[in-house]
Amino acid sequence: MKDMIPVDRKMSTMQDSKISARGVQVYYGDTHAIKDVDVEIADKTVTAFIGPSGCGKSTFLRCINRMNDTIDSARVMGDILIDNEDIYDPKVDPVQLRAKVGMVFQKPNPFPKSIYDNVAYGPKIHGLARNKADLDEIVEKSLRKAALWDEAKDRLDAPGTGLSGGQQQRLCIARAIATAPEVLLMDEPCSALDPIATAQVEELIDELRQSFSVVIVTHSMQQAARVSQRTAFFHLGNLVEYDDTDKIFTNPQDPRTESYISGRIG
Amino acid sequence: MTDAISDLPKGKPATGGHASLLSESPLMKKRNAAEARFKLYGVVAITVGLAFLIFLTVSILRNGIPAFTQTVVNVEFTLSQEEFDEAESKMLKTAAYTEIFVNNITAQFQERGLDVEFDAGTIERLLGKVGGDLRSFYRENPDQIGQPVGFELSTASRVERYLQGKLTRDMVVDGRFLEAADLDVVDAMVDAGIIGTAWDWNFITGTDTGVDNPGGAGIGASVIGSFFMMLVVLLLSLPIGVAASIYLEEFAPKNRFTDLIEVNISNLAAVPSIVFGILGLAVFIQFAHLPQSAPLVGGLVLTLMTLPTIVISTRASLKSVPPSIRDAALGVGASKMQSVFHHVLPLAMPGILTGTIIGLAQALGETAPLLLIGMVGYVAREYPDSLTSGLLDPNSAMPAQIYTWAARSDEAFFEKAWGGIIILLIFLLTMNIIAIILRRRFERRW
Amino acid sequence: MSNTLILLIVLGLGVFGFFAGRSRAMATVGGDRRLLHSLPNYYGANVALNTIVPAVIVLFTWSIVQPMVINGAVSGMINQDRIAEGSSLGLVMSDVRRVAEGLDVAVAQGVMTPDMASDIRAESSNVREQLAQVGVPLGSGVTSETLQAAQSYRAMAGTGNLLKTLVVLLVSAAGLALSWRLITRDYRARNVVEKGIMIVLIGAASIAILTTVGIVLSLIFNTYEFFKLYPVTDFFFGTNWSPSFSGRGQSSELGILPLLWGTLYISFIALLVAVPIGLFAAIYLSEYASKSVRAIAKPMLEVLAGIPTIVYGLFALLTVGPMLVEVFGDGGLLGVNWMSGGTAVMTAGLVMGMMLIPFVSSLSDDIINAVPQAMRDGSLGLGATHSETVRQVIIPAALPGIVGAILLAASRAIGETMIVVLGAGAAARLSLNPFDAMTTVTAKIVSQLTGDSDFSSPVALVAFALGITLFVVTLGLNIFALYIVRKYREQYE
Repeated sequence: MKDMIPVDRKMSTMQDSKISARGVQVYYGDTHAIKDVDVEIADKTVTAFIGPSGCGKSTFLRCINRMNDTIDSARVMGDILIDNEDIYDPKVDPVQLRAKVGMVFQKPNPFPKSIYDNVAYGPKIHGLARNKADLDEIVEKSLRKAALWDEAKDRLDAPGTGLSGGQQQRLCIARAIATAPEVLLMDEPCSALDPIATAQVEELIDELRQSFSVVIVTHSMQQAARVSQRTAFFHLGNLVEYDDTDKIFTNPQDPRTESYISGRIG
Repeated sequence: MTDAISDLPKGKPATGGHASLLSESPLMKKRNAAEARFKLYGVVAITVGLAFLIFLTVSILRNGIPAFTQTVVNVEFTLSQEEFDEAESKMLKTAAYTEIFVNNITAQFQERGLDVEFDAGTIERLLGKVGGDLRSFYRENPDQIGQPVGFELSTASRVERYLQGKLTRDMVVDGRFLEAADLDVVDAMVDAGIIGTAWDWNFITGTDTGVDNPGGAGIGASVIGSFFMMLVVLLLSLPIGVAASIYLEEFAPKNRFTDLIEVNISNLAAVPSIVFGILGLAVFIQFAHLPQSAPLVGGLVLTLMTLPTIVISTRASLKSVPPSIRDAALGVGASKMQSVFHHVLPLAMPGILTGTIIGLAQALGETAPLLLIGMVGYVAREYPDSLTSGLLDPNSAMPAQIYTWAARSDEAFFEKAWGGIIILLIFLLTMNIIAIILRRRFERRW
Repeated sequence: MSNTLILLIVLGLGVFGFFAGRSRAMATVGGDRRLLHSLPNYYGANVALNTIVPAVIVLFTWSIVQPMVINGAVSGMINQDRIAEGSSLGLVMSDVRRVAEGLDVAVAQGVMTPDMASDIRAESSNVREQLAQVGVPLGSGVTSETLQAAQSYRAMAGTGNLLKTLVVLLVSAAGLALSWRLITRDYRARNVVEKGIMIVLIGAASIAILTTVGIVLSLIFNTYEFFKLYPVTDFFFGTNWSPSFSGRGQSSELGILPLLWGTLYISFIALLVAVPIGLFAAIYLSEYASKSVRAIAKPMLEVLAGIPTIVYGLFALLTVGPMLVEVFGDGGLLGVNWMSGGTAVMTAGLVMGMMLIPFVSSLSDDIINAVPQAMRDGSLGLGATHSETVRQVIIPAALPGIVGAILLAASRAIGETMIVVLGAGAAARLSLNPFDAMTTVTAKIVSQLTGDSDFSSPVALVAFALGITLFVVTLGLNIFALYIVRKYREQYE
């Protein structure tokens, strides 16, 4: 807490705040993984979480759609509000929450089903389509949004696992946006991809900003600089610094941020 | 917020979706109900599985425990010197003793005011040849004459079943074994309080009897038969299995021959046990003329069945020894063979022993192949008197003995079969516990 | 000399050879072991191996081949026409062997002198009585032909045994002498010994192949004999199973179809019990159960797989059968009178299903656990409930593996013997009523081969044809199932 830069506090008054986290602590068994993190994430922006491995950035990301619930030993304390509703309220069903807060994972993980069924899976379980035509439309729109439609439209019945790595990851993004989320969480979405596929996905992220609040965890500072408007730097479970991306990369306030940016730690 | 999704695929119901996280939509209610149902199926499946196990255990214990006890008649009896001399001077000496016994019991009944008619024949049907027992006791212990001696006389199995309520009066057909009138005597004995139960050592240590004497049947001889079979299995399958595993795991080049061996081992592990019985019958008995019903043959067949189990577990424990150990040995100039026998094998030994014990436990309970090599139906009447006779003389084995009893028409043998199962399971349990302890004690994480 | 004695002598020579070899090696270097190529013990072991191994191999081969040769020679002496009606060459030969053994016993006990044993004639003395005197009972009187055959059997066996003893001891001694002479300071004893051990290891590994070959040969030979006596088509397409033991089984009808039907029907019911329970148990254990529940429930379920099948058989016969009769039988709880006896397809099927639960659950559990966590995360991250994830993502992903597990369980069910022998009944019939008693391939193998079976009649030989059918079916299922499971594992590796 004492490491925190007080600059963050005034963010809470900022308008258009989609997600606000206050005093979040996460324990894995006895390990204290996240130490008292406060953060405000704006709507329709791309927010990047950067930091060295094991700094807790992915853990924090997984708190936002309660994916940590699936790990037995994980305990989350503090409040996370989305649209001013506490998502850790006992009345909240994590299933409903995850429909609102979509997630894309580090390694592309298409289901062993056809491309069509991969995208249609979410709308089907959430009952978003009234009929087959509706569903077809959702699938098409999602694939278009994920910039995969042109490559996939002739092989919708082919298995999703048969696509290339970059295509698979875009399929996973299409799958996530098909459930009409408001927030999209991306956990190092490009770490398993080659540079060309990475460029395509980054381009896509920039477009997605039009519709969603995107939170992306990344290893690569260049990527954070390229795609995000706001950047948060995590170190050893602390949120060290959170500011506009330009400011973080050009004029960091905290010496640790500077060391990381300049490549001395991490 | 509506702006946020204006760009999104349409079709989302206006009311549902992300309106508020704090209220549950009707669809969510249905989905959560489905979730709860699904989870319930899982709980039900586990419960049913465990219920089967409990049901099985209860029925084994309930039916089997009576096999370990027998019903006895406790009689206190004083034989005077004159009675002894008189009985010894008669032609039919045991009959004279029986008569003395009958008189004694009658006296005891009268003392308690019970009025039942019976004769020596009744006593013989209920308690066997009491006269002979008495005579041999007093001939061996002449100093007991004239003093009160307590006798514990075991009853016939039918009497036992009558007392357990498994045999009712209307089921009794008068015959050589029991007459309906005899049951009055039994009732009188119960009223006189001279009937009790005693631990039946004969069941554990005794030998099998013919079909007409369920009460005297014991499982001891077949335990010895099983022991000799396991001896053969252990002595053959452990060295052969370990040698085969060492070859396959440490030395075998990758070629078609070793592939063939691997395929064979994995398939043999899944061949039905009855097929091994056919093999044993055709090869060991039909072709090699080894004796039928011999524990040696049973042991050979079970060895072939156990080998794949032992090979699979031995290879797993050899594999778990890290390559650094081998490299270290080779690095100081040991030959490959020396590195395996001096370093890898000792480290893998606990795992190999665990696998062997589990393989032996499997073999101990195996029945089907024994049916074909003649171990079933054989009446194991005597104990072997030497190692060779233990291996080569016909004998039964525990599971085969249980089957023999279960297949007999006299229901009194069923109790013996259940009792035999308890003994078999105690052996299996002990072996498995030893294996678990070995594993816990020597388990090594590299 | 008996084989045991020969073996002991050879082993003794081996031990002697070990020390002789060792000391010779030490002598060649004047007691300085550093000058030797290998450790002294290897020189000893080399001599011991050379002494023991070839001799033992000769001993075993001889012991197997000699009776076969003598059998062939002696059976040539027996006039085919003189074999009595209802008998066979095999039966006469076993008589011959018994008489020969009897004569041996008689000589050993001093009842006969060796000369007497080789010279007596059936005409002049009652051999049967004399043999009964020494405790060798014979079924019928000994014909002079049998006696003569037995006497020459004895004579040949005697010569053979003498020769065997000589040859084996000679081979052993030669091995000792030769390997002892080879020892010099540079002799690579360790390499030779290691090569020897390697051969032993390969031999041990080959036993698996020998077993398979043994199974296949013993099945094929006897099946061939069976089909010489009984038409193939009648066996595979016959719908009637009624072996007749009279008239050497010639009037039997031995169609496999009713047995196959019983086998499949019982296996089907067993799978009907085991698959849903096992699968849901596996799903619950791997997806929902807490660590402590899993730590208790999983081993408890696996206990069901460790219980010997004879226990299940008895349980079916004495507990489940009577209970089913109380419900479905005459005057039962349902008042339907479908079931007339305790042994039935349902009885065996239910109990076998119980036994198979852990087979299905353990394998499925492994397979469900092999589905990558990324699949679960992907589905849960989209807002699917846990059960939706399981039903729509995990099960489809694990399906090939689960099918493999079910096939393995099916192969178990088809090959299971004790439960059906005790619980299914003995009547072969083609019926749809699961409360009828039916019988199976394995149960009939048992009933045709137990007791004093005569290996020349079709009623006994049919068991081998049943065995080969069973072997082929289960082997096919296993290979297919293992193939599917392996393919599935590769997919996620």
